[in-house]
Amino acid sequence: MLFYSYFKTLVGKEVTVELKNDLAITGTLHSVDQYLNIKLNNIRVVNEQKYPHMLSVRACFVRGSVVRYVQLPPGSVDVELLHDATRREARGG
Amino acid sequence: MVCSSTAAPLQLRDGRKIIGTLCSFDQFANLVLSGAKERIIVGQQYSEIPLGLHVVRGENVVLLGQLDAAREPPPGLELVTEAAIKQAQRAEREAEKMKGLILARFDFLSDI
Repeated sequence: MLFYSYFKTLVGKEVTVELKNDLAITGTLHSVDQYLNIKLNNIRVVNEQKYPHMLSVRACFVRGSVVRYVQLPPGSVDVELLHDATRREARGG
Repeated sequence: MVCSSTAAPLQLRDGRKIIGTLCSFDQFANLVLSGAKERIIVGQQYSEIPLGLHVVRGENVVLLGQLDAAREPPPGLELVTEAAIKQAQRAEREAEKMKGLILARFDFLSDI
């Protein structure tokens, strides 16, 4: 649940989601759920010319299982906080 | 989930695009689409093949979008008949195969 909680803190920020089919989408993170399914608003596709079918899409839902990377906005990671949370989870509490 | 009465474009894991009205979904992202049609895009041409009511198993879902009515159909694309798009698709596949063949022949060059 750690990554779920972490992604929840990123809601409203601009992220780039790279999928396993090499499609990369930049958009505002609207929400995330326990499977790390992701909803994005105001999306634009990196390399739009190669994916013309995405031109008319404004918001989308991405299934968590097809995500390869989520590129985070710079400065959005509080490493200390994440360290503590990771240790807490490892201790089982 | 994106839930609306308007048409939603669905991308499948095999690369196909299906556009339909989202009727229902569950926690696995299994989807029910009514009035579904498959949109095939080749180059600057596209065509839509009517499919009707479709149930999609969640594992095949990559992305479900929300269409921007102002940008539909996608600008710069030309609507052609189903036969024409099938032909263009075949031609594209042939070209890909040829490219692969040529690359395979020159593969030995990379060993030098």
